[in-house]
Amino acid sequence: MTNDHRTNANRRRLLASGTASGVLSLLGFPSVLRAQAGPLKVGVILPLTGVLSFPGTATRKGTELAVKMMAEQGRRLDVVFADTESKPENGRVAAEKLIRDGCSVLVGAWDSGATISAAQAAEAAKVPLVVNIGSARQITEQGFTQVFRNFPPSDEIVGKGVDLFKGLLGGSFQPKTAVLMHVNDTFGQATSGAVKGAWEKAGVNIKIVETISYDARARDLSVEVAKAKATGADLVSPITRVNDAILIVRELVKQDYNPMAIYGPSSPGPYEKAFTDAVGKYANDYLVSVPWYDPSRALTKRVLERWSQEFPKDRFELNSGFGWESILVVADAFQRAKSSKPADLHAALRQANIAEHIMFGGPIAFDAKGQNPNIGVPMLQVQNQQPVVVAPASAAQAKAALPMRKWAERA
Amino acid sequence: MLELYANVVVGGLLLGAVYALIATGLNVIFGVMRMVNFAHGELVVVGMYTAYLFWKLTGLPALAALPIAAALLFVAGYAFQRLLANRFVEAGQHVQFILFIGVALMITGAHAIAFGPDPRPIQGAAGFDVYRAVFLRLDAVRTQAALFALALIAALWAWLKYTLTGKAIRAAADNLTGGRAIGIRIPHVFAIVAGLGFACAGAAGALVAPLFDTQPYLAGDFTMIAFIIVIVGGLASLPGALLGGLLIGVAEALAAALVAPSMKSLFSYALLALVILLRPQGLLGKRSALG
Repeated sequence: MTNDHRTNANRRRLLASGTASGVLSLLGFPSVLRAQAGPLKVGVILPLTGVLSFPGTATRKGTELAVKMMAEQGRRLDVVFADTESKPENGRVAAEKLIRDGCSVLVGAWDSGATISAAQAAEAAKVPLVVNIGSARQITEQGFTQVFRNFPPSDEIVGKGVDLFKGLLGGSFQPKTAVLMHVNDTFGQATSGAVKGAWEKAGVNIKIVETISYDARARDLSVEVAKAKATGADLVSPITRVNDAILIVRELVKQDYNPMAIYGPSSPGPYEKAFTDAVGKYANDYLVSVPWYDPSRALTKRVLERWSQEFPKDRFELNSGFGWESILVVADAFQRAKSSKPADLHAALRQANIAEHIMFGGPIAFDAKGQNPNIGVPMLQVQNQQPVVVAPASAAQAKAALPMRKWAERA
Repeated sequence: MLELYANVVVGGLLLGAVYALIATGLNVIFGVMRMVNFAHGELVVVGMYTAYLFWKLTGLPALAALPIAAALLFVAGYAFQRLLANRFVEAGQHVQFILFIGVALMITGAHAIAFGPDPRPIQGAAGFDVYRAVFLRLDAVRTQAALFALALIAALWAWLKYTLTGKAIRAAADNLTGGRAIGIRIPHVFAIVAGLGFACAGAAGALVAPLFDTQPYLAGDFTMIAFIIVIVGGLASLPGALLGGLLIGVAEALAAALVAPSMKSLFSYALLALVILLRPQGLLGKRSALG
C-alpha cells in the first residue's frame, strides 16, 4: 500500500510537472527561451497530405536539402513541418501551432489560400512569414506587415509568360482561337482572370472562344475536354496542377484532339516527373511559363548535383527550387540579424539583397509590401520527357518545337 | 454538337455502370440485413490498392486483379460479419453507424500508413486506347470496366434468383423470423451477404483503379455516390441500383457539358432531392424498404 501511495504521489508529481510545462508551452515561454538559445527554429507549413501532397512533398524535399546544405556552411536551422492537409483553412491552425511551439519565423504555405490563412496568424503574433510558393496577388496586397514573398504573383507570371509566348508566334505557328481550362479554386480563378487581361495587354491576336472551369478534386475530365474539342480551338491553354494536367492530356489523346499547341500560363504540373511518367511521350511539346531555376548559375549546378545524390529518383523543379530558396532567405536573414528574435529577423528580411541564388531573376530583395519584384519567368517546353527552357533566347536550352506534333504521329 | 453530346452520354453511361456495381454492394447488405455500410467507399479503395499492387508486382493489366480483389473482400466480409457485425444486426442504427464509421477510419488510416497520401496511378499504353464506332469514341478502359460491372451485376442477380443459397438469402430478407423457422442458418446467410457486398466493392475498386489514381481519401466520394444511387434507384433494389448508377453517371456528364463542369455534383444532389420529395422509396424501390 505504502509503495502504491508513493507511486501515485510520484505519478501525481509527474503529471503536475508535465501539465505545468504544457501550460508554459502553450503560453509561449519556451519560444522565448529557445529563440535566444539554440539554432533558429523555423516552422514550415506545407500541404503534405491530400490533393496537393505531390508538390507539397517536392517542396519539403527542396527545403530539407537547403537545411542540410546551410548546416554544412555553419548556418544551423531547426526546421519543424506542419501539414495543412491541402485545406486552405488549416494554414492559420498550422501557423498558430508552430508559433506556440517556439518558431521564430514561418515559411509556407505552398498554396495561396493556406498562405493568406497563415499570414493572419503570423501578423497577430508578429512573426515573419516567408512565402515559398503562393501566387495570388492579394497575399501582398492586404496590408500584412510580416509577409515576405519570394514568388511572383500570378498576374506577373502570366504577363511575362504571355510576352514570351507572343515571341514564339510566327511561321506555321499562328493559332487564331484558344480555349482556356482552369481549376476552380483561388489559384485557378486568379490566374484565368490574369490570362485574359495579359492576352489583351500583350496584343496577342488569339481569341479566347471558351473558358471551362472544373473542380479541384475532379477525377475525370473527359467531358471538359470534349467541350474544349467542340470549340475546335487552335490553342488549348490549361491552368492546372499536376493531377489535372495528366487527366487533360490523357483525354486529349483519347479524343484525338490535336491543337497547334498546349500552353499553360503560370501552370504548375507539366514540368513534374509525375506528369512525364504518367503520360510519357504525350508530355512532349507541352509549353508552360513558370518561375524556374537558372541552370547556368554555379550555385544552381551545385544544388542540382547534390539533389541528384540525395533524391536520385526525383526531379528538381519549381517546388523544390522555391523550397530551397525559402531556406536560403531565412538563413541569410538569421546570419545578418545575429538573433533569433522575430523582430530582428523581420528587420533583416527587410534589408535582404541576395545576389547568389538559384531561380531565374535578379537579387532576392523585398519591396515595401514584402514582394520580391526581381523574379524572372522563362518559357519551358517538355522535350524528350524533360522540361527545358525555350525562351527567352538568352537562356534557352533548346528551340521550341511548334506546332506540336499530332498524337498519332508520335514515335 | 451531336457528336459531343452522344460521346458525353455514352461516357456517363459507362461510368454509371461502374457506379452501379459500387451501389449494388451497399444495397445487398442493406436489403438483407438493414445495416448501412458507411465503410463502403473504403472497401472500394481496398479493391483499388489490390489492383494497383497486382499491376505493380506483375505488370499485368489491373483488370486481371478483379477476381483477387473480389475474393479477398468476400473473405474479409464473411469474417467481419461472422465475428463482429452479426452482434450488431439488431442493435440501434446509431450503434451500427459507430461500428461502420470506426471501420472506415481504420481502413483509411491503414491505407495512409501503408501507401502514404500520394495518388498511385496505374500507367500504361492501354490507358490511351479507344474503341471507335461511327462518331463515338469509347475509352477502352472505361468500356471494359463497364462491361465487367454489368456482367457482375447480372451474375449476382441470377445467383440470388436461381440458386438455393440465393433463395435462402431472399427468404431471410423477406421474413427473418420465417427464415429462422424453416431452418435457414441466418448468421451464415448474413455473413455470405456481407461477403457479397464487400466483394462488389472490391471488384468495383479493381475496375476503377485504372480510371482514377488510387489514394486513401477517395473513399468518402465513393460512399457518397453509392448512397445517392441507392436512394435514387431504390433501397434494397438491385435493378434500382443499376438504374440509379446509370442515371447519376449520365446526369453528371450532361450537367458538365450543358452547364458547367464544376457544377456536376450539384446535379446529383438535385436529382437526389427530387427523388426524396416525389418518390421517397426511390425509382424502383418498395415502400416497405423504408420501414
